Amino acid sequence: MASVARAVVKGLTRREVAVRARGLVRRFHGNTVLHGVNLEIHKGEFVALLGKSGSGKSTILRALAGLDEGVDGTGTIAVPSRRSVLFQDSRLLPWKKVIDNVTLGLDDPDARAGALRALEEVELQHRTDAWPKTLSGGEQQRVALARSLVRRPELILADEPFSALDALTRIRMQRLLLDLCSRHQPAVLFVTHDVEESLRLADRVLIITDGIVSYDEKTEDVRASPTRFEAYRTEILEHLGVPQRQH
Amino acid sequence: MTLVSFSPPGERPDSEVGRGAPTSVRLLPKPSIPGQRILGPVLVILLWYVASAQQWVSPAKLPGPAAVLTAFNETIATGVLANDLLMSLQRAALGLGIGVSLGFVLAVIAGLSRFGDSVIDGNVQVKRAIPNLALIPLFIIWLGIGETMKIMVIALGVMVPIYINTHAALRSIDRRYVELGQTVALTRKRFVRDIVIPASLPGFFTGLRLGVTGAWTALVVVETINATSGIGYMISQARTYGQTELVLLGLIIYGVLGFSSDAAVRIIERRVLSWRQSLEQ
Ligand SMILES: Nc1ncnc2c1ncn2[C@@H]1O[C@H](COP(=O)(O)OP(=O)(O)OP(=O)(O)O)[C@@H](O)[C@H]1O
Ligand SMILES: [Mg+2]
Repeated sequence: MASVARAVVKGLTRREVAVRARGLVRRFHGNTVLHGVNLEIHKGEFVALLGKSGSGKSTILRALAGLDEGVDGTGTIAVPSRRSVLFQDSRLLPWKKVIDNVTLGLDDPDARAGALRALEEVELQHRTDAWPKTLSGGEQQRVALARSLVRRPELILADEPFSALDALTRIRMQRLLLDLCSRHQPAVLFVTHDVEESLRLADRVLIITDGIVSYDEKTEDVRASPTRFEAYRTEILEHLGVPQRQH
Repeated sequence: MTLVSFSPPGERPDSEVGRGAPTSVRLLPKPSIPGQRILGPVLVILLWYVASAQQWVSPAKLPGPAAVLTAFNETIATGVLANDLLMSLQRAALGLGIGVSLGFVLAVIAGLSRFGDSVIDGNVQVKRAIPNLALIPLFIIWLGIGETMKIMVIALGVMVPIYINTHAALRSIDRRYVELGQTVALTRKRFVRDIVIPASLPGFFTGLRLGVTGAWTALVVVETINATSGIGYMISQARTYGQTELVLLGLIIYGVLGFSSDAAVRIIERRVLSWRQSLEQ
């Protein structure tokens, strides 16, 4: 099914692969969460990862981010070295000013200039010297986004980064992310619970069920027509085990 | 303004009476007024003044503030006070400096490496169980009754709370910050500088305040036991000669020193930890 869909979307298959995971197995205390996940993300591709709670979405993401040292498992992973992670919480260091959070860990002399540009992109240039605790939740998440951008990542790994935000801020953040991604063209793996969010943002939707990727569809055409959107929404929800009423 | 439209007709909404919307229940104490902490001691001095002026207590037991003030002026004029004060301050500062550095460095080493932890932590915990003052006889045997012994007693007393609190803060660093450090590929040096040390500072300051208090306590003890100078020496001499006003003067000086050093630490703490929003705004 996936291969058919891929052949239809012209050109994309020839794009370079940014992420390749093969046979990813992960276990926690003998309980196997991932049963051999295969995953490929192309350069500039925005992939949403859906799945029930506890299905292993964060486990995949953490494996790709290199944050699962000590976790039992097998498989091969190839990811770009320039990658950045967006967590559900903004994870700003409270003892560093906004600007210093953005430049955290950077050496090069024009890191600051880059950070100022990134803050401008997320429309926070006026809060450069603020303490993180004085920002609203949405503003904090925008700083986290700037912290990612300034590293010019080839891969962004996002684990429900907007799920704690209110509906309005959330829509603004989604637009901002799309806008920034179209300009910087990173590969993105975006974990979310929200089917509509995944359709609004992604070129491709993956669903993980019982420890493997059970659904893999290009969904780029959804933005063109509301009926396509609705059709995908129903299909995905059904795949997630939420039966849809027949109209 | 929605309040207005929701209020029953004919009834004035509360918000028009006061300064806007009704405020919710206050759960925190009111913000402190500057110098508020001085107020209590001033009241006690006032009471003391009245008590001695009214001869409620015998002057031999409790001389009035005036007598203490006279003693103060006299000891200043003879230079005795300046000398004793300087000696005391020097001991306290040296002991504090050594104790703070030792406690902090040991805490960072123990907090960051398993080896450090196994070597240091157990020993400090055992040391913690032995009251500092119980070590004085041993210290006298090892170091004599000179300045070194006094300073070491103070330093050890300071080291323990600094170590315990800094170490606890280090050990409870939020794992999420460690992960963040990994994802932005911090070097170990940067990790210590940008995450470990700032995260341990709140604990360090808790320890510092305890340590400063501990330094004065240790100072009093070592100066009262074995000294030929210092405020403690002045007090024990005065006791021998029945000069109650000098004893009181010494106590007041200890009080002022303790109080102002604690205030100084609070000020520094507030500066350094200005990123925190706490009750003490
Ligand atoms: N460190 C861990 N120790 C033990 N079990 C874990 C650990 N991390 C994850 N698990 C288990 O692995 C399974 C998958 O967890 P994971 O966090 O990947 O789920 P998820 O799909 O991200 O869920 P959610 O949508 O709720 O975030 C869960 O059953 C979880 O309990
Ligand atoms: Mg998760």
